[in-house]
Amino acid sequence: MAVMAACREDELVVPTEYDLLPGGPDADASPIGMYLLNEGNMGSNKASIDFVDFRNGYYARNLYAERNPSVVKELGDVGNDIQIYGSRIYAVINCSHKVEVMDARTLRRIGQVDIPNCRYIKFSRNCAYVTSYVGPVQIDPDAQLGAVYRVDTASLEITGKCTVGYQPDELEIMGEYIYVANSGGYRVPNYDRTVSVVERYGMKQVQKIPVGINLHRIRADRYGKLWVTSRGDYNGIHSKIFVLERESKWSSNMVVTDTLKIPCTEMCIYGDSLYFYSTEWSYALERNIVTYGIIDVRTKELVSNSFITDGTETDIEIPYGININPANGDIYVTDAKNYVSSGALHCYSRDGRRKWSVRTGDIPAHMVFLYE
Amino acid sequence: MCRQMNLRTNLIISLTFTGMLCGATTPPDSIRRLDEVTVTAQSYKDVIPAQTLKGKELDGLRSHSVADALRYFSGVQLKDYGGVGGIKTVNIRSMGTNHMGVYYNGIELGNAQNGQVDLGKYSLDNIEAVSLYNGQKSEIFQSAREFGSAGSIYLTTRFPQFAEGEKSRLKVGLRAGSFDLFNAAITFDYKLSNTVSFSFNGEWLNASGKYKFRYRRVTPSGELAYDTTAVRQNGDIDAVRFEAGLHGFLPKGRWKAFVYHYNSERGVPGAIVNNVWRRGERLWDRNSFAQAMWEYDVTSRWAVKVNAKYAYDYTRYVNNDDKLIHVDNTYKQKEVYLSWANRVTIFPNWEWSAAYDFQWNGLSEYMSVRRTTHWLSTATAFSLGNCFKMQASALMTMVNEEKRDRDNAPDKFKFTPGVFVSYKPFRRPNLVLRAFYKRSYRMPTFNDLYYTDMGNAYLKPELAIQYNAGVLYDISRTAGLFRFFSIGVDAYYNEVRDKIVAYPKGQQFRWTMLNLGKVRIRGIDAQTTLTFRLPSDIDLTGKFQYTYQEAIDVTNPADNYYRHQIPYIPWNSFSVIVMGGWRGWTFNYSYIYTGYRYNQQENIRYNYTQPWYTSDISLMKTFSVGKVRMRATMEVNNLFAQDYDVILNYPMPKRNYRFGVTVEI
Repeated sequence: MAVMAACREDELVVPTEYDLLPGGPDADASPIGMYLLNEGNMGSNKASIDFVDFRNGYYARNLYAERNPSVVKELGDVGNDIQIYGSRIYAVINCSHKVEVMDARTLRRIGQVDIPNCRYIKFSRNCAYVTSYVGPVQIDPDAQLGAVYRVDTASLEITGKCTVGYQPDELEIMGEYIYVANSGGYRVPNYDRTVSVVERYGMKQVQKIPVGINLHRIRADRYGKLWVTSRGDYNGIHSKIFVLERESKWSSNMVVTDTLKIPCTEMCIYGDSLYFYSTEWSYALERNIVTYGIIDVRTKELVSNSFITDGTETDIEIPYGININPANGDIYVTDAKNYVSSGALHCYSRDGRRKWSVRTGDIPAHMVFLYE
Repeated sequence: MCRQMNLRTNLIISLTFTGMLCGATTPPDSIRRLDEVTVTAQSYKDVIPAQTLKGKELDGLRSHSVADALRYFSGVQLKDYGGVGGIKTVNIRSMGTNHMGVYYNGIELGNAQNGQVDLGKYSLDNIEAVSLYNGQKSEIFQSAREFGSAGSIYLTTRFPQFAEGEKSRLKVGLRAGSFDLFNAAITFDYKLSNTVSFSFNGEWLNASGKYKFRYRRVTPSGELAYDTTAVRQNGDIDAVRFEAGLHGFLPKGRWKAFVYHYNSERGVPGAIVNNVWRRGERLWDRNSFAQAMWEYDVTSRWAVKVNAKYAYDYTRYVNNDDKLIHVDNTYKQKEVYLSWANRVTIFPNWEWSAAYDFQWNGLSEYMSVRRTTHWLSTATAFSLGNCFKMQASALMTMVNEEKRDRDNAPDKFKFTPGVFVSYKPFRRPNLVLRAFYKRSYRMPTFNDLYYTDMGNAYLKPELAIQYNAGVLYDISRTAGLFRFFSIGVDAYYNEVRDKIVAYPKGQQFRWTMLNLGKVRIRGIDAQTTLTFRLPSDIDLTGKFQYTYQEAIDVTNPADNYYRHQIPYIPWNSFSVIVMGGWRGWTFNYSYIYTGYRYNQQENIRYNYTQPWYTSDISLMKTFSVGKVRMRATMEVNNLFAQDYDVILNYPMPKRNYRFGVTVEI
């Protein structure tokens, strides 16, 4: 009976777990490491932050709670983005309606910014810009527009807010303008189909560029082009990539100049190469169709339909995040598996051979490099 | 196992003298008789006996919902989201909620939309007995559909009873307590004639659902990390329930007609996560049904039972949280059900039954779909002397799915066999060996098939296979200190194949349903009861039940969680009830223990959930003032104020109180 009736004990702060990585330490590595934000399934409150230490050659799982034991109910519910700006790291926690601000080296909490249903974050000139599905209060609760919030990175105060399209996801900043990919994901089947252009200084929406339905990603390459993805409607209309460029040399107007009929779920631009993968559900086959590829951003041509060359891509059930080490071209791909169990982080060399794999938290998704 | 049976006097005689008891002479249940005598009988009645709570035991738990009572049964796991209005569902022997049939006065409570019956909604106020059957009821004279579940709960409402010369009875009860709970109930019984009586029961429940809960964390070095206490919000409920019935006896049969209406508005408290302490979800429920039963012995060998039901359920779910997607969905479900069952007695110890059931389900507004189901069953029961009994059943289930443009769900056709045997090797001692084998299917629900984006019209039914072997031993005495002892142990092996699971579609929060899972379950259920009659009129009863379960996921060796225990199934759980009675006083102590378990598929530290155990006590006093009978009750639940979650992030109430008074004329 004694064994059977184990008693309750004090509930301990979730401890960090460490795994050694093959390859060992590299004292000169720069970036020195990479943070990985695990989303955690909705309602589970299991968003967590892992760290790959390149210099010491280990993997640390679930750092936040141990570094910040006094934060009630830990990091929160559904991590949606993580970025470093200056000496601070910002984690956007979607269903906890906050941006968690921590010291980038120690991961110790500095503060939080409450932003309802926040999605993605970008920085420019001591300001953080955060997209949110919740804009102004509307009479029709089904037609709520989203917003971009401006946060002062020194005071962590919200200093501005601009209404954009429906359910805005990623954003990109180029010069004086913020480009926001509006999804309209709550308005099925009336998806939004625009990129909002927000003038940064006045926080005013100056233009809405028609692009495609259910937009998600938006990234700038080094030639000033914007790469925008559409999720499609998950059914008849497939995911696509749109390229936006200036209308003319003298105009600041961005227009769609190319539509690539390549499905894309997530991408990472490394030099002139845009690495991407796509996951699309096939109703006929009752499984996810996963594709990988590289696009040359200059020619907008698909140059390769795989960047994993040793056949180990079959170990990935559902790719959920991608990042590339600018120093050595190592490719990191996460696997979210069934969303409700530990995922995996795989590292591939530049030539596509798997170097190592490690167990992560639930739904590993967003990665950011840490520099000295 | 409870072996205290309410049996009619002549039944005991037949039991004592003939020593043989088969279905032919066994009434379908013990509820309908007017002149009840509580006895402790050495009965060998059922092939597989049920676990039952009724009478005084149930009185001790009276203020709880049906779901709370089921916690005292072995093999059952309760999912409790906390509070008065929180959803409570049960799962038997780890096979999943949808494999459990819940029968209200003999007819299944359906929910074609999601297959889950929220047992927190059903009050114990008007319930006379709660029984749980593994496999199926040990009675072949039943509707076809009853052969279809892997396990069944039978809720039987009170039958009006009158003393000599009495024509009517009125009972009024009031209760109040923690969570700002207020509850009023009224029962009125009227004897229309010697063979027909009327009963009415109405209840109103209102509570703010507010309770304090606490989250506390300690660092490995023992320092306090955080300790926070907050108040559960948006857990309020306002519910009204009415039930009215006519009960009649025929020269060679009986009939019953019954209407039920439940209307509630409640908040859905939701998960407590970082930075979110309150949510804006509201739920409105209206459940109405009318049902009738007619049973008749056409000849001395042929008996017929007809059941009919019409049910209308309205559910409205609104998410008013201005930070989240606004949801306002209305679901209307209709159900028409007809059953015709026949029993033929070939010899006194051998009988056959055949039944046909028909059901039509429709769902409208948010989703518009329909389905018709036909069940055809045949069963036989055979007994040999007073030492061997067997029952075999076969059920055909045919589901005609509606043909829709978008998704064309195929029709389903399934065959479900079951074999139940029991053997009593000695005349004395009273030792019974029992075993059963059963296959059963759960059909995909409307949500599984058609829910926006997530539904998969091509789902197959989910299969559960059960093997069970057990032993039961009891002794009972009519005099002396020691009155009754019983012990029962069952070991089982179950397999769930083609388990319907949500599978991710590769983008945030997008899922589909697939027949992907496979689960193997090995378990032991044990129960024991001990009754003493102490000097100076003190009755003392102790009940103990224990469950061990290993329920492992064997879907795919490549999974991280291959051969891990499935979520929320503890390896060990048990409960203890101690009841004492002395001249109108009743004291009840109950203790429930649920061992550690994991809140997700992987059995890793991050998913570990601590054991929880609560003690509840109640004290009840009955007394009479003139002709008026009164009862006063006091309850303390979670006596030691344990802070626990049954489901991750759904904190349960700390210590709470209830007081009640009932007046009966």
